[in-house]
Amino acid sequence: MSAPVSAPAIETSELSKRFGRVVALAGLSMRVEPGEVFGFLGPNGAGKTTSVKLLLGLTAATSGSGRVLGAPIGDRETRRRIGYLPELFRYQPWLRAREVLRLHADLARLPGSRRDAEVHAALETVGLADRSNDPVGTFSKGMQQRLGLGAALLGGPELVFLDEPTSALDPVGRTEVRQVIRAARERGVTVFLNSHLLSEVELVCDRVAVVNRGRVVASGTLDELLGEQTAVLRVTDLPAEARSGLAAFGTVETDPVDAERITIRAIDPARIPDLVATIVAAGGRIHAVAQGRESLEERFLELLGAPPDPEGATAAHRVTDDGGRR
Amino acid sequence: MSSTFGPLLVIVRLTLLDALRRRILWVLFLLTVFVVGLSGIGFERLVTIARDNGSSETEVQLGVSQMLIVVAFMFSFILAMTAAFIGAPAISADIESGVLLAILARPIDRSTFLAGRWLGLVLVAAGYALASGLLEILAMKLASGYGPPDPLGAAGAIALQAVIVLTLTLCFSTRLPSIAGGAIAVVLFGMCWIAGVLGGLGVFFKADLLAQVATISRLIVPSDGIWRGAIFALEPPIVIAVASDSGRSSEQLAANPFYASTGLGPAYLAWVGAWIVIVLGLAVLSFRRREL
Repeated sequence: MSAPVSAPAIETSELSKRFGRVVALAGLSMRVEPGEVFGFLGPNGAGKTTSVKLLLGLTAATSGSGRVLGAPIGDRETRRRIGYLPELFRYQPWLRAREVLRLHADLARLPGSRRDAEVHAALETVGLADRSNDPVGTFSKGMQQRLGLGAALLGGPELVFLDEPTSALDPVGRTEVRQVIRAARERGVTVFLNSHLLSEVELVCDRVAVVNRGRVVASGTLDELLGEQTAVLRVTDLPAEARSGLAAFGTVETDPVDAERITIRAIDPARIPDLVATIVAAGGRIHAVAQGRESLEERFLELLGAPPDPEGATAAHRVTDDGGRR
Repeated sequence: MSSTFGPLLVIVRLTLLDALRRRILWVLFLLTVFVVGLSGIGFERLVTIARDNGSSETEVQLGVSQMLIVVAFMFSFILAMTAAFIGAPAISADIESGVLLAILARPIDRSTFLAGRWLGLVLVAAGYALASGLLEILAMKLASGYGPPDPLGAAGAIALQAVIVLTLTLCFSTRLPSIAGGAIAVVLFGMCWIAGVLGGLGVFFKADLLAQVATISRLIVPSDGIWRGAIFALEPPIVIAVASDSGRSSEQLAANPFYASTGLGPAYLAWVGAWIVIVLGLAVLSFRRREL
C-alpha cells in the first residue's frame, strides 16, 4: 500500500488577471507543498501582490483556476485557516494593538475561550506585548508591520501569506522575522513569502518561484534553481598542461583578465581536496580556494534577462587573499 | 467583549468604536447641547416678547411651531451633512488605506462587511437624530409650553432622512473617493429639497410638469418626501385650521416650503423601505466588483 500523498497547500493552473488592457498576471501555474516556506520572487510590478490577492480571493481571476488548502480559491470557511500580512499593512490607527488582534481573532472566529490567550501569544511572538494597550496610530512603520505579522500568525493558521514582511524593518527586525518564519515552519505552517529581497528568501525558503511579467519563469528548490557547485582558486606556477588536466574535476574557466583565477564549474564538493592535491603535485602554488555557487541574485538577474552587476555578480564566491569568501 | 460576535456584529461594533474613538459622537453631542441651549433661550425670549406685546396664545403657538419647523430644517440639514460625512469614507477610506485587505482576507463576505458598516452608521446617525430631535422638542416645550402633536414621529422622520442620505453615500463610497461621494450626496440632498419647493410652486401655479418634478424626485431620493412628513408631525392642528380660516386653498399652502398638508402614508414608507434595500443591494453589487 502506498503512503498517502498529501494535498498541496496551494495549486494553481494558468491563473490570470487583467485590469482593463493591463495584464497583471499572464498565467500562474504552481504548486506549494504543505509545511514548506515558499519564496515568491520577482521585481516590482511582476504580479506578486496580485497573485497573493487572487489566492486569498481578494480579487477575482480573469481566467484559470486554483485550490488553496484543498478548497477552491476564495472559499470563505478556508480563510479561517489562513493568515495574511498585506504589503500595505495598515490597521485602524484609533485601535489599540491588542484590539486589532482581538478584531482579527473575532473575524477568524477562533474559539471564544482561546481568543485572549491567542492575542497575547501573538503579541509576544512579534515583541509587542509591552505596547499592547497603545494606539496603533502611535506605532512606527516597523511596529505596525510586526503587528500585521502578529495578526497573520494569530490562532495558528495552516497557511500564511506574507507580502514583503520586512519592508519596514531594520536589520535586527528582519532577523527576528526570519526567526518567526522558521518557528512557523517548525510548527508545520506553510509560509508563502512574497519578496523582492533575495537575501531574505535565500535564508529562509525551502523552494522558490521567480515571477516576471506575470509569469513564473523558474521554480524549484534553491539547489535546483542555483544549480551547480563551483570551486574558485587563485593559483600561480601551474603548467598549462596541468591546467587543462583539471577538466577531470569539472568545466574549467580561466578569468580572461585575471589569469591566476581558475573557476571549476559543476564540481563535486567532495573532490575539492583531490583537486588541491593535483594542483600541488603539478607544481602549482595555491593562494586561495573557495567553494560556492551562483548567488540567487546572479540567477535572478539571469532569469530576468538583466545584466549582472559587475561588482556584485561574483560576490558569492570571490576569492580573497586569505582564501575566504566575501 | 463577548466572544460570540458574528462577523456582522464585529463590524457593527468596530464602526461604533470608530465613531467613539474618533470623537464623532462627542462632537455631535457638544454641538447638540450648544444648539439646543441657544434655541431654548431663543424660544423663551420669543414667547415672552410676544406675550408682552399682547399676542394671543394662538398666535404664539403658530409662531413657535413655525420656528420649530425652521430649527428642525436646520437640524435635518446638519444631520444630512453628518450622514454624508460619516458615510462617504465608510468603505472608500478603508480601501484607500489598505485596512480592508487584512479584514476581507478573513472569513467575512464583502456584503456582510458593508451591512455591518451600514448598521453601525445607522445606529450612530439615527440614534443621534432621535436623541437630538427629542431633546430640541423638549427644550422648546420647557421654554414655550408648546409641544408638537407627534414628537416621536417628527424625530423619527428626521432620523429616517439621515438614514436615506447615509445609505446613498455608503453606496457612492464603494466606488468614489470620500470627498467626491460625500459632496455628491449633499448636492443630491439639496437638489431634492429644492425640487420639493419647486413642486410646491408648481402646484400653486397649476404647472403640472413642475409639480411632477417634486413627485419624481421624492421617489428617486426620498429625503424631501420624508422631510415633509417631519413637518406634518411638527405642525399643530391649529395651523391647518388657521390656514383654512384665512380662505387659502391647499394649492396655495403647497407653495410654503415649511408647510405640509399630509403626513407620511404607509405606501410611501413602504417605498422608502424598498428604496433603502435597493440602494444597499446596488452598494453590495458595486463593492463586490471593486478591485482592492
